[in-house]
Amino acid sequence: MISFTVNGKPHSVDVPGDTPLLWVLRDHLRLTGTKFGCGESFCGACTVHIDGKPAKSCSVEVGKVAGKSVTTIEGIAGPVIEALRAAWSELDVPQCGYCHSGQLMRAADLLAHNPRPDDEQIDAAMNGNLCRCATYQRIRDGIHAAARRLGA
Amino acid sequence: MNHDPSRRAFIKAGAALGAGLTLGFHLTAARAAKLAIPTPAGEAFAPNAFIRIAPDGTVTVLVKHLEMGQGVQTGLPALVAEELEVPWQDIRVEAAPADASLYNNLLWGPMQGTGGSTAMANSYEQLRRAGATAREMLKAAAAQAWQVDQAGLKADAGAILNPATGQRLSYGQLADAAALMAVPKQVELKSAKDFKVIGKGFKRTDTRAKSDGSAQFGLDLHLDGMLTAVVARPQRFGDTLDKFDAGKALAMPGVKAVFAIPAGVAVVAADTWSAIKGREALKADWAAGPAAGLSSAAIFASYRDLAKQPGAVARNDGDAAKALAGSAQRIAAEFEVPYLAHAPMEPLNCVVQVQADGCDIWTGDQFQTMDQNNAAKVLGIAPDKVRIHTLFAGGSFGRRANAQSDYIVEAVAIAKHMGVPVKTVWTREDDIHGGYYRPCYLHALEAGLDADGRPMAWQHRIVGQSITAGTPFEAGMVKNGVDNTSVEGAANLPYAIPNLRVDLQSPKLPVPVLWWRSVGSTHTAFATEVFIDELAHAAGADPVAFRRGLLKDHPRHLAVLDLAVDKANWGKPLPPGWGRGVAVHESFNSYVAEVAEVSVQPNGEFKVERVVCAVDCGLAVTPDVVKAQMEGGIGFGLSAALHSAVTLEDGRAEQSNFDDYRILRMKEMPRIEVHIVASDAPPTGVGEPGVPPIAPAVANALFAVTGKRLRKLPLGSRVS
Ligand code: FES
Ligand code: FES
Repeated sequence: MISFTVNGKPHSVDVPGDTPLLWVLRDHLRLTGTKFGCGESFCGACTVHIDGKPAKSCSVEVGKVAGKSVTTIEGIAGPVIEALRAAWSELDVPQCGYCHSGQLMRAADLLAHNPRPDDEQIDAAMNGNLCRCATYQRIRDGIHAAARRLGA
Repeated sequence: MNHDPSRRAFIKAGAALGAGLTLGFHLTAARAAKLAIPTPAGEAFAPNAFIRIAPDGTVTVLVKHLEMGQGVQTGLPALVAEELEVPWQDIRVEAAPADASLYNNLLWGPMQGTGGSTAMANSYEQLRRAGATAREMLKAAAAQAWQVDQAGLKADAGAILNPATGQRLSYGQLADAAALMAVPKQVELKSAKDFKVIGKGFKRTDTRAKSDGSAQFGLDLHLDGMLTAVVARPQRFGDTLDKFDAGKALAMPGVKAVFAIPAGVAVVAADTWSAIKGREALKADWAAGPAAGLSSAAIFASYRDLAKQPGAVARNDGDAAKALAGSAQRIAAEFEVPYLAHAPMEPLNCVVQVQADGCDIWTGDQFQTMDQNNAAKVLGIAPDKVRIHTLFAGGSFGRRANAQSDYIVEAVAIAKHMGVPVKTVWTREDDIHGGYYRPCYLHALEAGLDADGRPMAWQHRIVGQSITAGTPFEAGMVKNGVDNTSVEGAANLPYAIPNLRVDLQSPKLPVPVLWWRSVGSTHTAFATEVFIDELAHAAGADPVAFRRGLLKDHPRHLAVLDLAVDKANWGKPLPPGWGRGVAVHESFNSYVAEVAEVSVQPNGEFKVERVVCAVDCGLAVTPDVVKAQMEGGIGFGLSAALHSAVTLEDGRAEQSNFDDYRILRMKEMPRIEVHIVASDAPPTGVGEPGVPPIAPAVANALFAVTGKRLRKLPLGSRVS
């Protein structure tokens, strides 16, 4: 049994310790907001926060999160994600939307540490998150818009 | 240019499927029962197959096309909202069930499906009529309640209003009574000047769900008792299963079953990771098929030989050979583009449950009618016993529009064997290795200019696999040996050149190929728009002025070209090391011009800095979605222009994930400006037409800076 917290709730799962956290979240805990895109840490679709830090859950063994606290797109709360969601709605950022759980989890971490990122800082922070629909311009604009909301 | 060949082909293909041609507008009682609408307890009023109005006033629009990011669940409901006079925020959206008798693509005949950028074009009249019909029935119900003449009543913000008395009844209040009204045969559509929704700023219906993790994609579905399967497929195209040993796989935790299916060996487990681990443990031997030894290098070598032979003629104006021989200046060039995987962000998947009374399929489905037929064949049941529940697709770009229904039939075979609901999951490696690529092509072009630099001759030979050969589309799409999808964008070259020949060689190879966002134009635009730039250079002319001079009979091409170059400040100075390139191309009856600005470092490394795009897609129903599709189309096209390629070695794809099958990343995304040409022409597609011009615009910009002609994709990120 491996025990950890997800979105503030304690969970215990009976799976091999090398099972990727991604599949535990999706298949065992049925938190399907976290997406599978590559399984090899190339795309960022599976981004969650572990003890407050962004991580690609496809490449984190669940055994390594024992005792830790995981936050997913379903559980993240607070002014930063609210500002991002409002900006996402204002600019209609997603297209197919499949990458956007990961994009938002990564962007939330960026804004938590850098309330006014410039284009270059956004590009650097977001470069590991692929979007096949290429919504990058609106992601960039959306992060700026969220930063403005938070500053206001 | 009209794409009638494609349209006819789809109608034929649809007819071959055996469904009757009905527009599915009026809902008979039998059909209503089949769709379980209306029910007195729930939806009170279902005037047709597209609209339901509940007693609480909620209006639900059923969308017959797949939402894969292109915004159909926004654009199509907007048509209903407009005519029905419903405030945008009161509209709900649902994916329509699979039923070609109600939800066929009107441009494809009796076939339900999404593709060819047709969703808006085929729905524009249909859904406006649906909305207007419902509106008139609601008016009739109000007229009866008030005992007044219907003609004096107005629909206004979800209610019927009697301007004479100020009385109002909401649609919710009228829904029950409206259901009993006669369906009017003729309805009047609003005139464009009265539009409140169409062409205005309104928001997508799916953004919130796509921002909080609640949007349900196929991969997210879970059913009680469901198992998850992955399939071991041959790594080399055309290889067949020789033997396999299930022992080790079955010994892995969670693995429930291992068995052969036509696609390979299915490994079924309690969850995805167990299935993946089980497949890793599987021992399977494959018998070499016809692709053994096949490499991309060998394919292109054979294509270069083929390019020396005349092919099937797609267009022949004047006498190109003679005019070439007599021209003052001859220019020749060869272009190469590789196989491309669609690589949608959501890997393929499909949930199937086979039961005594038929089969249920849940997936992001692009070709419902084909998929019903192919699934029915696996099960030996009637196609209408296959119920497809269309979910969001995390991209598709054509991959899920497959005449073989590959990812669906294998899931059906597995679910049939298991007798419980099964979800199949493709890993990214399965996806990249899985074939159904955009074919690789070789283009050989030669042109002749007269002494004044005017092009007199143009000879264009295309070599590459036919996408439709061997599919139900072949009969309609291949004419005199020419697959229209191989030559579209080249055979209809808009430039006024008196002697013009386009021909095609369609070699057969054991590599499955498929349409890929913007189909033939993915490669024809690259070859033709770089080559026309070469002619401009040879003629000593400005690339824009040269094109303009040859587009006099093509006002829509001209208008987007003019708009794009104007907004891009064409001709104005740029910083040192920067340059501009332009391309203009029509696809799917929409016209797009793009000006790319690139910067090149002294070491040859370059960056696409800015793209200015002008689009004429007729009336832009959802202007912001049009802009988003151009932005996304340009970014998608840049992936292929700069990075993406599937190459073969010994019949196997050499790439397997996003590390070696590279797509555009955030840092490489240029600033994009989109300008929409004001138009009241009927709306045409926007999902695909943004893609074709970007690769040639970038290659032309790089030439402007470096003087190097780049004729092979992908370009990489450095000019050497
Ligand atoms: S699925 Fe984890 S990075 Fe792609
Ligand atoms: S919105 Fe489709 S992958 Fe990002």
